[in-house]
Amino acid sequence: MTSESSENRTESIVCRDVHKWFGTFHVLRGLSVTIYQGEVVVVFGPSGSGKSTFIRTINHLEDHQRGEIVVNGVALTHDVRNIDAVRRDVGMVFQSFNLFPHLTVIQNITLAPRRARKWSRERAEATAVELLERVHIAELADKYPAQISGGQQQRVAIARALAMQPKIMLFDEPTSALDPEMIKEVLDVMRELATSGMTMIVVTHEMGFAKEVADRMMMFDEGTIIESGTPAQIFDNPQNDRTKLFLSQIL
Amino acid sequence: MVGTPEVLPPSTSVGIVGWLKANLLSSPVNVALTVVVGTLTAIAAVAMARWLVSADWSPIHESLKLFLVGQYPSEELWRIGAVVVGATALMGVSWAVWGGVMRTFARIVAAAGLIVALTPIEPAGFDLAVRLWYLGSAASVALGFAVGRAASLGPKWVIRAWALAFFLGMALIWGFDERSLGSSLRMLFGAGATLTVVLAGAGWVGRFPLAVVLRWLAWGWAVVFVVTIVMAWGLGQTDLAPRVNTSRWGGLLLTFVLAIVGIVASFPIGVLLALGRRSRLPVLKGLSVAFIELVRGVPLVTLLFMTVVIVPLFLPQGTSFDLVLRAVFAITLFSSAYMAENIRGGLAAVPLGQIEGAKALGLGGFQTMLFIVLPQALRAVIPAIVGQFISLFKDTSLVVIVGLLDILGIGKSLFLGNVRWFGAQAEVYLFVAAVFWVFTFAMAYASRKVEESLGVGSR
Ligand SMILES: Nc1ncnc2c1ncn2[C@@H]1O[C@H](COP(=O)(O)OP(=O)(O)OP(=O)(O)O)[C@@H](O)[C@H]1O
Ligand SMILES: [Mg+2]
Repeated sequence: MTSESSENRTESIVCRDVHKWFGTFHVLRGLSVTIYQGEVVVVFGPSGSGKSTFIRTINHLEDHQRGEIVVNGVALTHDVRNIDAVRRDVGMVFQSFNLFPHLTVIQNITLAPRRARKWSRERAEATAVELLERVHIAELADKYPAQISGGQQQRVAIARALAMQPKIMLFDEPTSALDPEMIKEVLDVMRELATSGMTMIVVTHEMGFAKEVADRMMMFDEGTIIESGTPAQIFDNPQNDRTKLFLSQIL
Repeated sequence: MVGTPEVLPPSTSVGIVGWLKANLLSSPVNVALTVVVGTLTAIAAVAMARWLVSADWSPIHESLKLFLVGQYPSEELWRIGAVVVGATALMGVSWAVWGGVMRTFARIVAAAGLIVALTPIEPAGFDLAVRLWYLGSAASVALGFAVGRAASLGPKWVIRAWALAFFLGMALIWGFDERSLGSSLRMLFGAGATLTVVLAGAGWVGRFPLAVVLRWLAWGWAVVFVVTIVMAWGLGQTDLAPRVNTSRWGGLLLTFVLAIVGIVASFPIGVLLALGRRSRLPVLKGLSVAFIELVRGVPLVTLLFMTVVIVPLFLPQGTSFDLVLRAVFAITLFSSAYMAENIRGGLAAVPLGQIEGAKALGLGGFQTMLFIVLPQALRAVIPAIVGQFISLFKDTSLVVIVGLLDILGIGKSLFLGNVRWFGAQAEVYLFVAAVFWVFTFAMAYASRKVEESLGVGSR
């Protein structure tokens, strides 16, 4: 949670006039936004407005058809090597966890460092154990995903993404598949991560979390950012009518 | 029964009478059914018992060796014995490492070996040496178990040992001599060259990292060279294990060779075909679809005839292509097409989120396939794959049609050569059926156990 006003901040993600179509459906309509290192950005907006699509273009799970996306100085093109390099530096946490059901918790976490970063097993496991402690579930290392709760699974997913030592973390509604009593444990982990200086983009409607943690909030509608600002600006003095309407509906 | 309130929980420990009442006599219709089925069973049992008492097992008694190994030369039988003892030793090791179903199998095999070795009946040719081999296989289970325990081997090494044993076993059963050296070398280099082409193709299509392709190529060729040198300067110069022409292989030995080679070869080919069918490259996809649909549209018998009778017409003059090899070829083609379809079903069942999860971590396409997609896909289709292996095992008996004598063929051939045994057809077929049943049942049992033990990891 660095303050927003220092002059030479390092650019982490730069989007310039990004467009994307699904068939003839225009999902992203000219997005331009710069996100700086250490910034925590909360993205919100109505269903179908393109929030997921936006963060999925950042690690190229979706390709964009026009405009430019630069992540940590690497432009996302169709070059496979660029894409893999970017993905190794960008962690992602999904709404549905997407843990690998045939691997234990620790295997889920060590797989990518060992195979994509070529770490030794010992090094990968040591890191995994540290991360599991950090997300408060060290005792679950040898369980399978099906044997643990949703909140625990999502924390494993966070640890799995962190194991690659990413510079950026993307969260796509990480708590919306969870029972209310598990939401807090996941948000707590994310809050600690934000405090540690990680660059984060979080799609969420947990407005309490946003108010407390976000450096900047962005309201999506129909494939563009219709309003952005600090939580104080967004909550206390929203400019756009649709933002006002949306906030009044969910708060 | 009348007046018993239905809400009472059924008592579970009421003994035989209670069980009978609950399961066989719970209603008038049920009583009638029990009586009818009971009577029919009794009649069948009496008839069966009467037949068994008078059954003539002499064809099996006198031709046991034919049933087991066909015309494999008696002085070379130690090679079969060595392969069996090697396999049972590995079963012992696997028991120590995996436990579970391997423990069951290893114990049954050891017990069976012991019983056969000590059995009082004496089929033709069942001399002390043969008994010692059986005893040896029982002992090697124990020895393997002890070694596995003491060395605390990892599963990886056991799998490697089985793979090595497969090649060594086949080589030993087949044998080498100077006469066959030329063709062996040609085959080995053929295998090496095929490997190169397949890996290069797969590397290009799958965009595998070059380093991976090169490493596999290096390993493949290293094995080819080592085997070649051992054969040429080691075994080729001696008459330690002279070639046994495959025309002399028969019985259970032939059944096993056809089934095991068919299974081992069709699995990777099936995986490649399934991946090919899902490929985005039109040529690769087209070829895979064409192969799968062509082969699946043809009965195995037709494929056997085609490879045995028609293919040689297209080969250059003077090249001989072993009959058993041709049968293996047909069986492998047939099985791999079905394998591909089974695996394709498994691949389609892996949720997209799994692939996205892997990609988001920076795993490449090849690694995602190898570590995430294939393991889950194969798990999902274990029952289907084992079912297919079971039918492949049984289908090997179709090679009778092209003149090979597997265990069923041996049974049939007994009557042709010997009028005396003509009356004992039922006994012979029952024996053959029992042998098939034992092995297919074992496979089905293993599949069930493996599924159960993998249940933990599935969602
Ligand atoms: N693979 C796809 N093919 C076609 N249309 C798609 C695809 N993925 C998303 N869409 C459409 O694009 C639009 C934006 O989807 P997206 O998932 O980005 O919305 P969202 O803002 O994340 O919504 P939600 O809050 O429901 O998750 C939706 O109308 C959706 O139906
Ligand atoms: Mg979404």
